[in-house]
Amino acid sequence: MATRPTGLKAADLKVSGLQKRYGDVVALDGVSLDIASGELLTILGPSGSGKTTLLKVVAGFEKPDAGDVRIDGADITALPPARRDIGMVFQHYALFPHLTVRANVAFPLEMRNVPRAEIDKRVSETLQLVELGGYEQRLPKQLSGGQQQRVALARAIVFNPRLLLLDEPFGALDRKLRETMQLEVRRLQRRLGLTTIFITHDQEEALVLSDRIAVMNKGRIQQVATTTEIYERPANDFVADFVGESNIFHGTVTEPGVVSLEGGRRLFANHSGKVGQRMGVLMRPERFGRGTNVFAGEVKEAVYLGVSFKLRIACDDGLELIVRQPARGPLPAPGTRVNVAIEPEDIHVF
Amino acid sequence: MSSRWLGAWPAIPALLLLFVFFLYPVVRMLGFSIEGGTLDWYTKALGESLYLQVFWNTFEIAFWVTLICLLLGYPLGFLLATTTPGWATVGFIFVLLPLWTSVLVRTYAWMVLLGRNGVFNRMMLEAGLISDPVPMLNNFSGVLIGMVHVLLPYMVLPIYGAVRRVDPALVSAAEGLGASNSRIFRRVYLPLTLPGIFAGSVIVFVLSLGFFITPALLGGGRVVMLAVMIEQQIHQTLNWPFAAALSAVLLVFTLAVYAAAQRFTRSADA
Ligand SMILES: Nc1ncnc2c1ncn2[C@@H]1O[C@H](COP(=O)(O)OP(=O)(O)OP(=O)(O)O)[C@@H](O)[C@H]1O
Ligand SMILES: [Mg+2]
Repeated sequence: MATRPTGLKAADLKVSGLQKRYGDVVALDGVSLDIASGELLTILGPSGSGKTTLLKVVAGFEKPDAGDVRIDGADITALPPARRDIGMVFQHYALFPHLTVRANVAFPLEMRNVPRAEIDKRVSETLQLVELGGYEQRLPKQLSGGQQQRVALARAIVFNPRLLLLDEPFGALDRKLRETMQLEVRRLQRRLGLTTIFITHDQEEALVLSDRIAVMNKGRIQQVATTTEIYERPANDFVADFVGESNIFHGTVTEPGVVSLEGGRRLFANHSGKVGQRMGVLMRPERFGRGTNVFAGEVKEAVYLGVSFKLRIACDDGLELIVRQPARGPLPAPGTRVNVAIEPEDIHVF
Repeated sequence: MSSRWLGAWPAIPALLLLFVFFLYPVVRMLGFSIEGGTLDWYTKALGESLYLQVFWNTFEIAFWVTLICLLLGYPLGFLLATTTPGWATVGFIFVLLPLWTSVLVRTYAWMVLLGRNGVFNRMMLEAGLISDPVPMLNNFSGVLIGMVHVLLPYMVLPIYGAVRRVDPALVSAAEGLGASNSRIFRRVYLPLTLPGIFAGSVIVFVLSLGFFITPALLGGGRVVMLAVMIEQQIHQTLNWPFAAALSAVLLVFTLAVYAAAQRFTRSADA
């Protein structure tokens, strides 16, 4: 089977202070990122947060108003896209409709004047790699969505790019195919050691794929961290809310190890805040069980989700909590009195 | 079956119109051409070298007009499709302006410009570029210039449409994969706009085959195209059956070109 040809050239990427405005819209507002060679970073953010703009600046399709893009330390901000050696998979594939699968994948090699025999070899190796051997002579319109996606991927990696960029590549695929493709991309990326940026607005996708996640909102990077870090220790309200289900409150540190919420409720939580400091508090719904912080309340809503029950509980102290419990026994009816609890170490304070 | 034909009702006035003003005259004309139950007029049209020469002239002119329109029209259509909306509007006015003026007026205007003492010759004489007037009227080049002017919009519009339909993401993709501008043009734009090139060429060629006013006036009787000769048969020789036979041959040629074009497009689509 094909492996990465030797002597090549996965690179590290560093962008700093990127600014980009479109008229009144600030699409990028001081974006800085470091991506190590061979790393897969996902950029996760809601629609309009500037993800595509960031990718376009890295690929060279847009010039930033300020800031620079460096690959292996070399400033490429002014380099045209054709000379950046970056493989990109577009949201809607952008396969050449008049070219066969083979010719699509051969395209970047032909642009580099690679000899015929070498092209033939690399194209068939790469098509094997994405499991599309035997489809060489088909046109893109004769392929399914997933197959087209694989062709786009093959075309983006066949020339051993220094960087691979994927802009929500699986947006149009059904869930099952999506999951297959996610694992596929992960496998390929690891095997080829490609430095990769993967854009998505699907947090599960981000969790499955990445080494690290950069959460983006309103043109700013909110947090860059490993997947567990992002989930367990989000840096702010936006990240806590955007990734996973969450109960978020705000309060003040009244004594070490205690946060008093706005409604007066005192929570025992592990944190390093100083007395008097205002802090955010995050409790993940699935972390409730036994614990020091006990909440008594009434079930407002209960949903059966297969593995778990999801309960919305109005607590007597005025808080409203979303809680997940293992689906055991009957589903609590609305109006049922319940007690739920959480340990101080399961509460994240930020 | 009834529902299939129901949709045809609103089209009946148009169909009647076509029948009365198009199909019926054509059938009458074909009747003329075989008057007396003989194919003699066709033998004459396709057998005598004088007339074969006219057929040849007609195809030759149509070919050159199409080629020149393509060479001028592609860059123009491309430019209109890729420039800013403001410039595109200005450009369109210039491209479409000829379509809004009568062919007759435009052809006379060319006579003023191209004649022996016309504007072009006088300017070039005064500038010292030439010492004798260049003949540009009553010859092949005069007819070409006039016809290209009239027919250019028919080439520009389909090409404009084809360029507009090229997905900008494909151009970005090609660029990102390392293609230079000239290669983006050759490998992406050109193949994807072939249908537009083809449609424009067929329209211009077919219209050229039957062109009358421009070759009649700018050819000065020396460049004889088929339609000009048909007119001569009707008004000067008063030989209606022969005129009808020539018309029928022109019609068949035109339909043949059109049918070939259709087949070609269909096989390209498949
Ligand atoms: N060419 C453009 N002209 C004007 N505004 C633009 C342009 N491209 C992007 N924008 C604006 O910049 C902001 C960021 O857009 P961008 O496409 O980067 O978002 P995104 O995070 O990729 O969103 P999505 O998930 O919907 O693809 C948006 O408000 C968008 O409207
Ligand atoms: Mg986007």
